[in-house]
Amino acid sequence: MDQLLGEDLIIDDRVNGIFRVNRRAFTDPAVLEMERREVFDKSWLYAGHVSEIAAPGDFVTRRVGGRPVILVRDRSETPRALLNSCPHRGNIVCREHAGSAQNFVCFYHAWNFDLDGSLAGVPGEDSYSSAFDRSAMGLRPVPRFENYKGMLFVCFDAEAEDLISYLGNAREYLDYMLDFGGEDVEIARGSQAYSMKANWKLLIENSIDGYHAMATHHRYFVQYLTDIGADTTPWVGPRRQWGTGLALGNGHSVIENPLRPTPIMTQAKDELDRIRARLVDTFGPERAHRIADFNRNLFIFPNLILISNWHTIRTWYPLAPDYIEIDAWAALPRNDSPELRQKRFENFISFLGPAGFGTPDDVSGLEGCQRGFATQRELPWSDISRGMAREQPTSQDELQMRAFWRRWNALMHGERGPTDCSDRPLQQRTAAE
Amino acid sequence: MPGSFTLDEVERFLIDEAALLDEWRLEEWLALFAEDGHYLVPPLDAPQADHQTTLFLIADDRRNLASRVRQLLGGTTWAENPRSRTRRLVTNIRILEESSDDMTVTANFAVWRFQHDATDVYVGRYVDLLVRGTSGPMFRERRVILDLETLRPHGKLSFIL
Repeated sequence: MDQLLGEDLIIDDRVNGIFRVNRRAFTDPAVLEMERREVFDKSWLYAGHVSEIAAPGDFVTRRVGGRPVILVRDRSETPRALLNSCPHRGNIVCREHAGSAQNFVCFYHAWNFDLDGSLAGVPGEDSYSSAFDRSAMGLRPVPRFENYKGMLFVCFDAEAEDLISYLGNAREYLDYMLDFGGEDVEIARGSQAYSMKANWKLLIENSIDGYHAMATHHRYFVQYLTDIGADTTPWVGPRRQWGTGLALGNGHSVIENPLRPTPIMTQAKDELDRIRARLVDTFGPERAHRIADFNRNLFIFPNLILISNWHTIRTWYPLAPDYIEIDAWAALPRNDSPELRQKRFENFISFLGPAGFGTPDDVSGLEGCQRGFATQRELPWSDISRGMAREQPTSQDELQMRAFWRRWNALMHGERGPTDCSDRPLQQRTAAE
Repeated sequence: MPGSFTLDEVERFLIDEAALLDEWRLEEWLALFAEDGHYLVPPLDAPQADHQTTLFLIADDRRNLASRVRQLLGGTTWAENPRSRTRRLVTNIRILEESSDDMTVTANFAVWRFQHDATDVYVGRYVDLLVRGTSGPMFRERRVILDLETLRPHGKLSFIL
């Protein structure tokens, strides 16, 4: 490990306000190998949502942390996360993307498994010796599996801290993301499965990057909003206000801006006002204000983003240093009227997704960064120092990215326990504590 | 019947339309849409779904579609600047349904897209609801049903299929 990072990949000079990332972190297969072991296999990873497996027998299959996983609701209505590989010889057991099952049958030798994973039938079981232990031969559950308000997370480290501790200060912001409709959210039908020929960490930076918005997304904020008759001045005019970028500890972070109008806010004003009133009833005026009057991009370490403007949940995983698979969904209140639901869809896809007026330009830009990294011998460093001199960095600054990198760096050096992800100089921190 | 066209007319219309897209003559292409026209791309995991109850990849009414065209022809749609080269094959054209004022046709397509030294192929079929305009068929609805399971490794759908 030390050998690999012997030449440090991060320069974090908090006294002089210098923060740089060595571009080898985006290109070196050995770095990715270590990331799989030290970052992904030790972190809680978003796998899916309970609404995707609403009834007993409902299942979805997907890759989580690089593994094929079945999310299924068993007969006792308990959500389960099972490794989708036959304990006998390894074949993928459930070959459908989603559906409803009575049981799971591996076609290779016709072993069959109950919805809770237990081995229910083995053809010719009497040919095995007495050492054959059927109870140990069920579909293997993931080592750790927890449900936070409907969001299903897995962790491949059996020793990891519990999910609530892991979320830490990010939990408050996650609650805002889930409570905005005054009722439970569900994953809407229609998912987005796409990819990017770029390093997985570039998408983290991009997803919490207020600075790029007006340059990269000019066509959305200036052209599209104008084309549909929306007021662009809160986004691009001199009156626009910047919010804050916050390091939430342990790599989680958020950018938070005063709420700016998206077209849906005028198109569905009455129903949104009623929802706002319901939030006040449920949570009180102060918390309702915190939930409803800001927009936020929340990053949960290491590969989960929630964006309040569009109500998306997005996660991704690297297959190679320069290639990631991305999955995104809309998480929307269960009981929205059909009219509001449709407006929320329009709002989502006007910006997000492979054919939106925002995401393709991000994909194009990040793929450009990756191609540019071929110059890394001459240009070894990326700069992520914006706002380091400020007492409270804004959402246009980059504290929220440094927070990720600081946690990443700690894990890659084998450090366990909390990481100080703030910009405070280490000396000052020691003196203060 | 005022809404109907012969198979020959439909074929000529779809092949001319494909040329407009490959040649980036997008304003002329947009003019093929009726005022109440829609351009729809269903999600790959729910290709038969309804855009009112499902998150689509694209569900443009004509105003949104006009903006999409303006954006693509403008200078700041970075995903298409420089523009992709595309070449599309439109075949297997069939008339599915005819009524007195519209008709539903389908055609298979394969679109090759070249950009930044990468080649992507988009395969699927169109299901088009055509009406009679002043100078021939117009789209009341174009539905682009992709056969792809995911947009991998394509990553994006930034030009018009």
